[in-house]
Amino acid sequence: MQKVAEIAQKRAIQLLNQGVVNRVIGWKKGEFGYDETPAVFTTAAGIEDFRYDVFSAPNLSKYLIDESKKEGKILAFLKPCDTYSFNQLIKEHRVNRDNVYIIGIECGGMADINTIRNRGAAGVTDVADNGQTVIAHTLYGDVTFDKNEVLLEKCQACKGKKHVIFDELIVVNPQDDEPKNRFAGVEAIENMTPEERFAFWREQLSKCIRCNACRNVCPACSCLQCVFDNPRSGVASKASPDTFEEQLYHIIRAFHVAGRCTDCGECSRVCPQDIPLHLLNRKFIKDMNAFYGEYKAGEDSETRPPLVNFSKDDAEPSVISDKGGDK
Amino acid sequence: MLKIKKSNLDKLYAAISERQILYVPCNVAGKPNFAVWGEGADVDLVSLKTVKSAKEVFFPQCEDIASFRKEGKNISVKSEHKESGDFVVFGVRACDCKSFDILDSVFLADPVDTFYKTKREHGTVITLACSKPEETCFCSAFGIDNAEPEGDIATYFAGEYLYWSPKTEKGLNLTKTLNSLLQTATDKDNDALEKEQKKIKEITGRLPLYVLDLSYWEADDLLEKFNSEKWKALSESCIGCGACTFVCPTCQCYDVRDFDKGHGVQRYRCWDSCMYKDFTMMAHGTPRPTQMQRFRQRFMHKLVYHPSNHEGVFSCVGCGRCVEKCPMHINIVKVIKTFGGDDK
Amino acid sequence: MTYEMLIPSVGVVTEIRRETPDVKTFRVVGTDGKKPFSHIPGQCAMVSVPGVSEAMFSITSSPTQEEYMEFSIKKCGCLTDWLHSIEVGEQVTVRGPFGNGFPVETALKGKNLTFIAGGIGLAPLRSVINYVRANRNNYGKVTVVYGSRSKDDLVDFDEIRNEWMNERDFEVHLTIDRPQDGWDGHVGFVPAYVKELGLDKRDTVLLCGPPVMIKFTLAALIELGFDKTQVFTTMELRMKCGIGKCGRCNIGDKYVCKDGPVFRCDELDELPGEY
Repeated sequence: MQKVAEIAQKRAIQLLNQGVVNRVIGWKKGEFGYDETPAVFTTAAGIEDFRYDVFSAPNLSKYLIDESKKEGKILAFLKPCDTYSFNQLIKEHRVNRDNVYIIGIECGGMADINTIRNRGAAGVTDVADNGQTVIAHTLYGDVTFDKNEVLLEKCQACKGKKHVIFDELIVVNPQDDEPKNRFAGVEAIENMTPEERFAFWREQLSKCIRCNACRNVCPACSCLQCVFDNPRSGVASKASPDTFEEQLYHIIRAFHVAGRCTDCGECSRVCPQDIPLHLLNRKFIKDMNAFYGEYKAGEDSETRPPLVNFSKDDAEPSVISDKGGDK
Repeated sequence: MLKIKKSNLDKLYAAISERQILYVPCNVAGKPNFAVWGEGADVDLVSLKTVKSAKEVFFPQCEDIASFRKEGKNISVKSEHKESGDFVVFGVRACDCKSFDILDSVFLADPVDTFYKTKREHGTVITLACSKPEETCFCSAFGIDNAEPEGDIATYFAGEYLYWSPKTEKGLNLTKTLNSLLQTATDKDNDALEKEQKKIKEITGRLPLYVLDLSYWEADDLLEKFNSEKWKALSESCIGCGACTFVCPTCQCYDVRDFDKGHGVQRYRCWDSCMYKDFTMMAHGTPRPTQMQRFRQRFMHKLVYHPSNHEGVFSCVGCGRCVEKCPMHINIVKVIKTFGGDDK
Repeated sequence: MTYEMLIPSVGVVTEIRRETPDVKTFRVVGTDGKKPFSHIPGQCAMVSVPGVSEAMFSITSSPTQEEYMEFSIKKCGCLTDWLHSIEVGEQVTVRGPFGNGFPVETALKGKNLTFIAGGIGLAPLRSVINYVRANRNNYGKVTVVYGSRSKDDLVDFDEIRNEWMNERDFEVHLTIDRPQDGWDGHVGFVPAYVKELGLDKRDTVLLCGPPVMIKFTLAALIELGFDKTQVFTTMELRMKCGIGKCGRCNIGDKYVCKDGPVFRCDELDELPGEY
């Protein structure tokens, strides 16, 4: 991983110096070695702070909506799953492809500091990545974890290691492209009784503080004016005193991104209350796969997504109702 | 100094709950937040930080303020201000306790916010010393002692016991009702407690954010700070969500909204964030159209505007929740460090 | 103060005047038929239609008007759209007064006053102008410069023509942005007109209008030799509580609802330009 970071850093400096790009979007080091922040670098000297490691989780595609509309070309480092988001944004005419130079960057899975904390490492001051293991240096001693056990949910359910759009690649250690089973969590909920399912979501959604982090980080939430920011909607931006209305926020959002969500997992990563929001989106993905055939949003930037396409083979509404209804 | 065995805490909760509502950090769906204690509650006094701070007990995320009914052309108004019963908040950390002073300086300033005041008057605050401070903590920068918290009653874990020290009349009154459960601490106990506090201080001294130079923010040059070029790079990755605001114990901005129930209108206030683009939106536009401006407002408010109106007191208690919760890891510590100290 | 400042009282709309195509003036009394509360010129009130929303409006009637309170409101958003659709006899809610108001009993007393307004910006100044008329002996000469997009957009045109223009020691200058049939008065923007008129630089100025008009008029005044300490203006920001707590109208270390909305222009220089 460190080697990948070094190559990326050098390449960024090269492309800046050659004038191919005038800015670079990547990740910058934080306070504790686990809190990388997305950053735009404009000078070769500034790129010294560039970091790429197991905590470079933030998906940079969303920033490219704005960045690709600025003067000059920007170099963007995109992990495999981030390239799906970028493709989807091209499909929705939200980014200017010509203004972005994409380097697809190798990803061995991103670690989750919350999981590290939840598994007993309090007071983490730095984290070292040793390939198979990660070591959390804490105020109370070192704690070693098997990396696979502390991966972000989105990485445990990785779609695959293939970059679906790029201008060049930095892949030092080609990795097994076998996608993991993404739907085990959805199946577990499908197997609940309706009462259990209702109780599960009521409890999870009751934690929501309506900070809008899930929406603001979501590459599919690219509306210029969100319905939840429209003062006339009656549900604008803020917490509602009615818990029923409040919980609709997430459901409506899931409907809005259905067929466009690339399952980048950022919603669940950023939720301060750890609400498993990806399960809502993934339920839609699973059902669409079942009804309309396998489809991965963002896999390319041209094909018509199933929900806005019509074919004679489409599932009949009654079929959908049977499958999605009582079970 | 009094004490109670850790294994007897459930009895203590039950005894308090018999007379008044008890708020205590509880795990719900895997996350600790202040909740009303009830039989079987998953009390969590080990987790250092609840996701939401204790402020919501006095300043709830949503609170009704008035209700309206309309009959023909006539409107009737009813205040939703209610007298509060006495209640107890247990497990408040030193930083959150300090945040109440900051909220008081806003809500209790003339004209008094009666909704807040009623709850403050009826609430008894039981604090808990921080046995295991974490890397995101920087309360020491604001002169807060995490080993010796303030409050109506201060409590401390050491060994098998929770030690209990009433500090105010409110605290003494509550303690009286719990006499049968609390024992007097012995000299040996006091030694154990002293040792524990020493341990806390030792760890606190080693915290990576223990030394945080705030001198730059003490200088009186509001516009120079406001006009600094540094805000642009600092705010670049801010996605404009309200996570930092809503987990913050001192953020007190709110919105007032109407909710049409169909058979009447409920006017309520709810937490709001200056990070949101609609915060200052008017019919003809907003004076803060960019995220940089909104980001700057939040930190200027905490580090410059609030101190300017409140004898130099910063509107931050160093709880570190924003450090933990920002999706992009931008936070007040980065702002403070970027601007540096005296020499910058 | 223990009075619950967030709880409004009911107001009855007893008269609605259409001032311009998009401005109406609403006369409001309490359910007891009396003025809801007293105020000083330049102070504001929160007016609301429950279920729609609540917003801050300047009280355009003079405190010396003891029967009722008036608000001149431009149709430009959710609440104002709604207000423009109501009829006489309907009820709204009001609470206030909020803010500092103009220093009519201190800094303005005994002075020659120049009022400069653009469009709906006349609303807060009308309160002061009528206060000065009611206490005519306490103030010197009064000059009013008022401009609007067109003749039809001049607010309070009848009152200006029939009352102000006939008031002792009152000089009224009107201007519209573009030439228009049936208008033989001055044509041109307010800042240019101010320079043209060559106002007396010893006057105390009260200035209100759209931000861009304020900016250029202030520059014109300085060119004429005025000092910023002579110029008072009133600000408009989004507000929710009115008592300096909800944080919305915070600029620098000021809360416009409580420390303003009236500021002396030199005070504004010490604030971030986020208004």
